[in-house]
Amino acid sequence: MALDKGHDTRQFKVVGTRPVRPDGIDKVTGRARFGADITAPGMLQGLVLRSPHAHARIRSIDTSAAEALPGVHAVATRADFGEVPEDVADIVDNCLAGEKALYDGHAVAAVAASSNTIARRALKLLKVEWEALPHVTDVDAAMGSDAPVLHEGRSDETVPAGMSGNVMSRYEFGHGDVETGFAAADRVVERTFKTAATHQGYIEPHACLAQMGPDGQADLWCCTQGHYMVRNTCAAIMGMEIGQLRVTASEIGGGFGGKTTVFLEPVALMLAKKAGRPVKMVMSREEVLRATGPTASTSIDVKIGMKTDGKITAARAELRYQGGAYPGSPVEFGAMSAFAPYDLEHVQTVGWDVVTNRPKQAAYRAPGAPMSAFAVESVVDELAKGFGLDPLDVRLLNAAEEGTRSSYGPTYQQIGCKATLQAAKQHPHWTAPLGPNQGRGVACGFWFNFGGDTCVTLNVNIDGTVSVSEGNPDIGGSRASMTMMAAEELGIPYEQVRTIVADTASLGQNEVTDGSRVTFAVGLATIEAARDAIRVMCARAAKIWGIDEEAVTWEDGHAMPSGPNAGEFEPMSLAEIAAVASNTGGPIAGHYEVNAEGAGVSFATHICDTEVDPETGSARVTRYTVLQDAGKAVHPSYVEGQFQGGAVQGIGWALNEEYI
Amino acid sequence: MPQIHVTTSVNGDPTEFLCEPDETLLDVLRDRLGLTGSKEGCGTGDCGACSVTVNGRLVCSCLMLGAEAEGAEIATIEGMADGETLHPLQKKFLEHAALQCGICTPGILVAAKALLEHNPTPTEEETRYWLAGNLCRCTGYDKIIRAVMDTADEMRRAN
Repeated sequence: MALDKGHDTRQFKVVGTRPVRPDGIDKVTGRARFGADITAPGMLQGLVLRSPHAHARIRSIDTSAAEALPGVHAVATRADFGEVPEDVADIVDNCLAGEKALYDGHAVAAVAASSNTIARRALKLLKVEWEALPHVTDVDAAMGSDAPVLHEGRSDETVPAGMSGNVMSRYEFGHGDVETGFAAADRVVERTFKTAATHQGYIEPHACLAQMGPDGQADLWCCTQGHYMVRNTCAAIMGMEIGQLRVTASEIGGGFGGKTTVFLEPVALMLAKKAGRPVKMVMSREEVLRATGPTASTSIDVKIGMKTDGKITAARAELRYQGGAYPGSPVEFGAMSAFAPYDLEHVQTVGWDVVTNRPKQAAYRAPGAPMSAFAVESVVDELAKGFGLDPLDVRLLNAAEEGTRSSYGPTYQQIGCKATLQAAKQHPHWTAPLGPNQGRGVACGFWFNFGGDTCVTLNVNIDGTVSVSEGNPDIGGSRASMTMMAAEELGIPYEQVRTIVADTASLGQNEVTDGSRVTFAVGLATIEAARDAIRVMCARAAKIWGIDEEAVTWEDGHAMPSGPNAGEFEPMSLAEIAAVASNTGGPIAGHYEVNAEGAGVSFATHICDTEVDPETGSARVTRYTVLQDAGKAVHPSYVEGQFQGGAVQGIGWALNEEYI
Repeated sequence: MPQIHVTTSVNGDPTEFLCEPDETLLDVLRDRLGLTGSKEGCGTGDCGACSVTVNGRLVCSCLMLGAEAEGAEIATIEGMADGETLHPLQKKFLEHAALQCGICTPGILVAAKALLEHNPTPTEEETRYWLAGNLCRCTGYDKIIRAVMDTADEMRRAN
């Protein structure tokens, strides 16, 4: 793989290398413990009864026969939760339906029993009296005036009067006057696209183990992208103080955004509370597909005007995303990102958040962005082809750069959009000959990236090893990259540092592992925690040498006198300082707590060759090249892995996958 | 219904267990024998995360009943390394970063080991076909295939 040269601002020793990840051996030997891999003494098995209707009123639930079955220790329904704070009302309703089941597979009751066999039997004894209601699953149909309405009176003030009650919110972004821009175009193309929902398809089904004592203290083990989010959400739902609930993140078997949610956890806590025993819950694949969040399906209109030279004069998109049974589809992100790669004088995007009788959508790899990018890039291609222009040249002509006012508001600082397009243009793939029945496509993509609340603690142990505690589940190698950044900053070998994902009692608040935030925000906190520890170590050396703290610097893993005036002392290594820490003031640690800001946006350009069999229509990808502005690759193998994995999921979405 | 008594061998250890007549071998391994390295991704034989070998033959342990293991020799991911010495495939998976989340890794390693025992010189196409029953959602497979091919190369050179 060719690597860019000339952009390094610093020579690294550890960052940019490819060491074996610290959790590697556990994961190739079967020792790593994922969500379903844990047990507790006296543990019960929890199972969920799910709605067979896409939309139905729950008239009554009779739990008496299930409760009477020997081996059943608790049955939970929505009634057990009572009133909950408004900000978690939809979440608890999704975990256990209240008045209505809103989609096929919606949880309506749960049982905890001494074995799975008994729990399965108990589910059959639960008697639910249903009143089936008309349902709607298509976003355009759901916006129709005759569509069955899921939630009366939930539309917010942005939705014009007279629209379907399934429209929850309207979003608008842009600048200039698109009508002026379209009037100046040599050609205007307007097209409508529909995209199907797809599921994140993580191989590990959701799983958790909950325990709660009569003193109100509770422990939860679960596979999640954010155990702090799980803690805060579950505590609010259960009416607990946050400090009474400790959540430990298991190893996580894939998420891609789909595990930024709670489904089982509050139910398991309620069952554990009622039974007075630990309760384990593990979803089947069928439950994952029926009742956890896929991404939104969409309906999108795109209109773009272009001059004969390829210059875009105006662009407009209207995006309708259904987010399943509750408000919160990713249409806002879709509307913001639709034209983000372009420098446009006149641009407008309008997004509609719509509810349907489908599972509540969950984030999925740049939530909302792939759908709008697909629609916009298709129209850009059609215009370019119509004028006989090279689609990369058209994109380069219109590409956003430093100083561009983005289509969603902010003015870009230094960005890599053009760099990815230029790299695509220079790549041998772009000019390679195509075989019979083969075609070549190119498209740009964008994501915001972000920071958020982050804490890292770095402990310098008495033998000179270093333990880093971070609060973000490691979904694909982040413990390796944090270890590398800590080692780099401290000036010690990678093998001397070990990073763990700490439980919720061990650190302050940490945002979820999502939005491409972890390497940036946790990396920043790791580096700053290392610098904090270095300040302490320099102070200890100063104390030993009897000189001012300011007269000590840190170089290559050692405290050194900062110059000839500071005095002549042999440099002290991290291990030497650590060994005498008890005599120089006590244990040494570094901390950093921050709401990380300043994440840069990122762009990618992909080239794809596809061969279609004219007889069967079967399509096959024959070559694929990813060109992405990833910043500094801390562990290049895992950056490549993200590119490859993301591209393959995109191919799946385009050719093979549809969530119906 | 009474439970069934089964005598078998798991990773070379003589093993006995009781199981329900409808209990899968995967559930027996995970819930009765504490061998949680084999994973349930689908329960329908589609994902391969539960791959084990039974008398040397690669199977999805979610599709086989525990009672069917009577007298059989079962090998799981927990038996792949020889004490502290990793199997060459395990080493190559780490070197090539052929895993991201790692949930599919035990099944893929068990399947890849069976491939190399069956065919020590697989082509890339043969490797892809053999592993088609093992789904990985993270990696896009490229690094997995490279790791298996590299292992085959190295094992061939060592012999």
